[in-house]
Amino acid sequence: MTRKSRRLIMIAVCGGVLALAVGLILSAMSGSIVFFRSPSEVAQQGVAAGTRFRLGGLVQDGSLKRGPDQTVDFAVTDTNATVAVQYRGLLPDLFREGQGVVAEGTLGPGGIFKADTVLAKHDESYMPREVADALKAQGRWQEGGKGGVKPNPKTVSAGTPVSPDAATLGPRSER
Amino acid sequence: MLIEVGHFALSLALALSLVQIVIPIWAARSGDSAMRAVATPAALGAFGCILFSFAALTYAHATSDFSVQNVVENSHTTKPFIYKISGVWGNHEGSMLLWVLILALFGALVAVAKDSVPAVLRANTLAVQGLITFVFVLFIITTSNPFNRVNPAPLEGNDLNPLLQDFGLAVHPPLLYVGYVGFSITFAFAIAALIEGRIDAVWARAVRPWTLTAWSFLTLGIAMGSYWAYYELGWGGWWFWDPVENASLMPWLAGTALLHSTVVMEKRDALKVWTVLLAILTFSLSLLGTFIVRSGVLTSVHTFATDPTRGVFILGILVLFVGGSFSLFAWRAPLLRQGGLFAPISREGALVMNNLFLAAGCATVFVGTLYPLLLESLTGEKISVGPPFFNYTFVPIAIPLLLIVPFGQTLAWKRGDVHAASQRLFAALGFALVIGLIAMAMTWGGPAMAPIGIGLGAYLLIGAGLEIVSRARGYGNSRSSKPAVILRRAAGLPRSAWGTAFAHAGVGIVVLGIAAQGWATEGLAVIKPGQSVASGPYSATLDRVGPRSGENYEETTGFLTIRTTGGDYVGTVETGKRFYPSRRMTVTESGLMTIGVSQVYASIGEVMPDGSIGLRLYYKPLVLLIWLGAVLMALGGAVSITDRRMRVGAPARAKSKPLPPSAVPAE
Repeated sequence: MTRKSRRLIMIAVCGGVLALAVGLILSAMSGSIVFFRSPSEVAQQGVAAGTRFRLGGLVQDGSLKRGPDQTVDFAVTDTNATVAVQYRGLLPDLFREGQGVVAEGTLGPGGIFKADTVLAKHDESYMPREVADALKAQGRWQEGGKGGVKPNPKTVSAGTPVSPDAATLGPRSER
Repeated sequence: MLIEVGHFALSLALALSLVQIVIPIWAARSGDSAMRAVATPAALGAFGCILFSFAALTYAHATSDFSVQNVVENSHTTKPFIYKISGVWGNHEGSMLLWVLILALFGALVAVAKDSVPAVLRANTLAVQGLITFVFVLFIITTSNPFNRVNPAPLEGNDLNPLLQDFGLAVHPPLLYVGYVGFSITFAFAIAALIEGRIDAVWARAVRPWTLTAWSFLTLGIAMGSYWAYYELGWGGWWFWDPVENASLMPWLAGTALLHSTVVMEKRDALKVWTVLLAILTFSLSLLGTFIVRSGVLTSVHTFATDPTRGVFILGILVLFVGGSFSLFAWRAPLLRQGGLFAPISREGALVMNNLFLAAGCATVFVGTLYPLLLESLTGEKISVGPPFFNYTFVPIAIPLLLIVPFGQTLAWKRGDVHAASQRLFAALGFALVIGLIAMAMTWGGPAMAPIGIGLGAYLLIGAGLEIVSRARGYGNSRSSKPAVILRRAAGLPRSAWGTAFAHAGVGIVVLGIAAQGWATEGLAVIKPGQSVASGPYSATLDRVGPRSGENYEETTGFLTIRTTGGDYVGTVETGKRFYPSRRMTVTESGLMTIGVSQVYASIGEVMPDGSIGLRLYYKPLVLLIWLGAVLMALGGAVSITDRRMRVGAPARAKSKPLPPSAVPAE
C-alpha cells in the first residue's frame, strides 16, 4: 500500500464518520426538536394536531380537577388565552394553581392539550424561563409584583457547582 | 478579620500568579535558568495563598459567620455540619474559589514534580498555568467575591438549596472540578510545546499521568452526579442529556480521545498535531462547561444579556483562551515535525478510529447543547433539544466505537492482521452472541435494543479479559498454557495493561447496566395504607404514612414493605416529602432497596387530603452496574498512573523484557 493510498483511506474514513455525524444531527434536528408555545400563540397561530410542543404559562386558578386513575385536568393560561390540559400521572411537588408550569405533549381533538410530561421546580418563587419571557413579552410582567409572578434571582446567580437549579428543569419532569 | 486576611491572600495569589507568568517567559527568552526557577516558588506561593483564603471561607461557613454575605445566602444555623462545609462550594462564589484552588494545586504539583518534566517545558507550562490562575482569580475578585461583608449582620441565613443538602452533592463538585481543571495542565503542556515549537514522546509521557488523573476524577465526578440525579430527583432517570450534564460529558469525551492519542504519540511518534489540538479542545470544552454553568445563560439568555458582568467576563476568558490557543496552534503547529503515516489496519489505526468516533460523538453533544442557546439569542425562538435528539445522534456513533474497543487492542502496532485479530476475538464474539440470545429468549417480547446492549456489554467485558489472558499466555514460541505460568505472567504484566483492561471492562459493565434499563418497570398508583403497588417482580405495600422530623426539615414519610410477586418478604423502605422551612421548599426523598446490583425504587408523590398518597415504584434491574462500571473505569485510570513507565523521565524501552517481537507493548 502506497503512502498516497494510505492517506486517501484515512481521509475517506474521516470524511465518512464526519458525514455520519452531520447526517445524524440534521435528521435529528428535523425530527426531535420541540418548540415552546404560549397559550396566546396556540390561540392565534394554531398548532397542527399531533405536533409535539411545550406549553408554558400559569396554572389557572380553580381549573385543577382530578379524575379517576390519576388523570388530572387543568388549564394553562398567560392571562390572554387559555389552553385546557389533560395529564395522567403524579404532579410535581410544586404544581399549584397560580404557579408557573411547562407541559410537553400534543394537541388533541377539541383543542385539548394531552401532556405526557409536566415540568415544575422545587422552588416556591420559581417561574420557568419560557413562561417569564412569554409574560414579559405581553407586558403582563410585574416586577416583584403580587401573586409570586417574579423570577427568583437565586436561580440566576446563586447557582451551584453543577447548577441543579438549571439542571433540574429538564430532569424535574414527572412522567 | 480572618475573612479580610483571606481576601488579601487571594489578592496576593493574583500577584504571585502574575509573577508566575512573566518571569518564566522572560527567562525562556534570555535563557536564564535561575530566573526560570522562580516559577516554582511562585506556583507554590499562589497555591498556599488560595488554600488560605479557601480555608478562611470554610471557617466562616463552619462557624455560621453571618456578617459574610456568602454565608448569609447559603447557610443556616440548623443546617447539619457536613452541609455547612459543602455549602462553601454549593454556591457560585465558593465554587469558583474551589475551581482556582484546584487549578493552583495542579500548578503546585507540576512545580514539585521535578524529575519527569524537562526544565524549559516545565517553566513554560507553569507560565501558562499561571495565566489561567491569574484570569480566574481576577474573575473572582472583580465579579464574584465571596468575602463581601454585610452590615448589619442578619441573625439567620437563607440556607442552602435543600436539593444540595445531600452527601452526593457534597462530594460531586470537588471530584468534577479536579477532572475539569485537571485538563488545564494538559492544556498548559500543549501551549508550552507550541511556544517551544517542539513536541515528542517525552512530552506525551510527561502529559499522560496528568491526563489520566484528570480523566479518572472526571469519570468519578460524572458518575457521582448521575447517581445523585437518580436518587435525589425522584423519578429514577440516571442521565437526562441536560446542558449541565453535557457540559461535563464533552470534556470527558475529548479527554478520552486525548488519552488514546497520547498513546499513539508516545509509541509511534505520530498524531502530534492532532494530540495538541485535542489537549486544547479538551480544556476549551471544560471552560465552555464553566461558562454554561456559571454565566446564567441556561436560566435565560435574556438574563445573561441584562446582567452581563459575570457572563461576559467568563465569555471573555473563553475567547481569550480558545481564540488565543487556536491562533497559536495555527501559527506554530506547522513547526511540529509530523510523524509517519501508518497502515489503516493497525493498533494506531484503531486508535485513530477511536478518536474519530469520540470527536464525532462530542460534536453531536456540542451541537445539541449549544444550538438552542444560539437559536434563542439570534431569533428568539425557544426550542428544547431533549433526549430523543441525543439518543438518535449519539448512540449510532457510540456503538461502532464500542465495537472497535476489543478489536483495536488485539491488533499489533504498525501493521495489524484483521484475520488473526478476528480469530482471537472469535471467542468473545461467540460468547457475547450467546449471552445476547439468552437475554433475548428470556425476555421475549421486550425491548429489542436491550439484549443487543447486553451482548455488546458482554463482548467488551470478555474482550478486556481475553486481552489479559492472551498476553499472559504469550505468543509464538513462548506461548504457554500452564495455569501457573499464565498467572505469573499476568501478575508481571505492566500496570498500564491492567489499567486498560479495567477501564475497558468498566465500559462493558456500564453498557450492561444501561442496556438492562430497557427492562426497567414502573408502577404508579394512589394508595391508602394497606394497599399496594406492583412493579416488575416486586410490589410495595403502604404500611402507614406518618410525620418525621430531621435536623432542619419536617417530613411526611410513607413506610413501605417490599415483597416479591409471590408474596415473600424482602424488606422495608421509606420515602418521604421533606419540607425545609428555611427555604419553604419541598423535596422528595426516594426510598431505595438494593437487591444484588438491582434496585427497587420508591418515590412518594402527592399526599391527598384523605390520607392516601401517590406512589411510584420502579424496578431497576442491574442499575448499579452503571456507576460501578464508571468506578472501575476510574480505577483503571488510577492503576495506569502507577505504571513504572510513568515514573521515568527519558523514554526508555524496557529491552530486558523477554517479550518476543510480535508481542504488543503496553499502552
